[in-house]
Amino acid sequence: MIKLIGILIIIVGFVLKLDTLAVVLIAGIVTGLVAGVPFHKIVEILGKAFVDNRYMSIFIISLPVIGILERYGLRERAAYVIGKIKAATVGKVTSLYLALRTLAAMFGLRLGGHVQFIRPLILPMAEGAAMNRYGEIKSEDHERIKGLEAAVENYGNFFGQNAFVAAGGVLLIVGVLKELNYTVEALDIAKASIPIALIIMVVGTLQFFYYDRKFDQKYGIRTRSKKENR
Amino acid sequence: MLKDSLTEILYIMMGIVSFYSAYATLKEKNHPSKIPTALFWGLLGIILQFSRIGLLWGNKNIYIPDIYTGYMVIVLTLLSAFRLVKIGKFDESTSEFKEQMSQKIGNLIFVPALALGIVTFIVAQIWTKQLGSLVAFWISTVVAAILALVITKGKVKEMADDGRRLLEVVGPISILPQLLAALGAVFTVAGVGEVIASGIKTIIPQGNILLGVIAYCVGMALFTMIMGNAFAAFAVITAGIGIPFVIAQGGNPVIVAALGMTAGYCGTLMTPMAANFNIVPTAILEMEDKKYGVIKYQVPVAIAMLIIHIILMYFWAF
Repeated sequence: MIKLIGILIIIVGFVLKLDTLAVVLIAGIVTGLVAGVPFHKIVEILGKAFVDNRYMSIFIISLPVIGILERYGLRERAAYVIGKIKAATVGKVTSLYLALRTLAAMFGLRLGGHVQFIRPLILPMAEGAAMNRYGEIKSEDHERIKGLEAAVENYGNFFGQNAFVAAGGVLLIVGVLKELNYTVEALDIAKASIPIALIIMVVGTLQFFYYDRKFDQKYGIRTRSKKENR
Repeated sequence: MLKDSLTEILYIMMGIVSFYSAYATLKEKNHPSKIPTALFWGLLGIILQFSRIGLLWGNKNIYIPDIYTGYMVIVLTLLSAFRLVKIGKFDESTSEFKEQMSQKIGNLIFVPALALGIVTFIVAQIWTKQLGSLVAFWISTVVAAILALVITKGKVKEMADDGRRLLEVVGPISILPQLLAALGAVFTVAGVGEVIASGIKTIIPQGNILLGVIAYCVGMALFTMIMGNAFAAFAVITAGIGIPFVIAQGGNPVIVAALGMTAGYCGTLMTPMAANFNIVPTAILEMEDKKYGVIKYQVPVAIAMLIIHIILMYFWAF
């Protein structure tokens, strides 16, 4: 049981918001010591695991490329292209972003982010769509839309990323399984992650369209007249 | 042999990016924490580039002993823990310039960005057996870098500076994945997985595939919620539950592991421990509920996804 002390240290460290790297290092050293591993041996294990897993920082080599593209307006262009697509409802705007975000993640593209995309672009588009459709909406519904737009970024990012062969999660899976004596290729892990990437697009879209219906019922009138005009 | 040499080139490229940060930090006037910051990126560069440098020309005997690397990692962690690694000054382009260039260059700017993913995918598809996916990744990066320079007509110096800017924005946390992997290695040596597995063995009967799958998926989600990070949970729960209760019963390791990881992400959606995904955005979007404003919309989707993971693993991996 005492060997679980490392997990306890991680929990306490995270709850107290201590420096993450330090907490993880201390958890490792303490766990090794209580298990009777000598200190120098722990340091050696640490060094070996770090070297064996250098590939996890693979993203470092793509930073100069992404950086120079940002300098020459990549994000602005992406915003421009997405902004041209006029969608009528919160659900449609959000679902479209979910599809784009998930696909981008599947190709290993870091086109997204709460700061870069949600606040300046997707949230204003979703709120604009709501105002068009319902007129003024209550502040509680503004909060709802914010919550959904923050969530969509996470859905696409999390469940799309592992379909990319060089994603951190994929490489970690390969590394951990190797330690456990199962040899798998990163490409096969990426392929096995594709169904979940497709499923999140469906499940997320269901949630966003559920809120469309909820808003329609709440603010109904303008919607119905629009539907009749179609 | 060839694969090892080519893989080593990847680490040399990573080292160069890190060394450039150290170099530019030293050259910068009035850096708020010059020596410690340069030391951090310099040491990281040494570990990345030289720890197995002999493999480049096929000589396994030229390397940095792991115990020295271990102490260097401890120094890196201390520099981060005492907040000594600071972000430098960068000449980022103005938003007017970005706007203007994005109109001038147009959609061509997407080509290098897409090349990163697509070239990796193509090279990996054709030569995975011979080269492995890591080599494909650096080849695609070189292709994308050349395309980026041609299309933007930017300078190599700008590219180096932008690489430094992004690396320092990510900061010391960029070594967290390796550190968590190292934690996993210590846990494995100490036998933490066995302790957890033996605890769970008393609850789950051996030989029931469905219960094993449920225990693995739910275990990944719960442990991720506790740790705030699916990566940290993955090594422990896979060794403790995934292998003995799912893979050992005939589950396909590739499918089980891939779904196990994303089952963990379901946990990430539900925990305030994953602050950068669930807490920081409430501030960015100026929400009223600073704690559960985002999480409360994610919980129903996370639970639905978790159930789907269990069903998918049960039918697809066996």
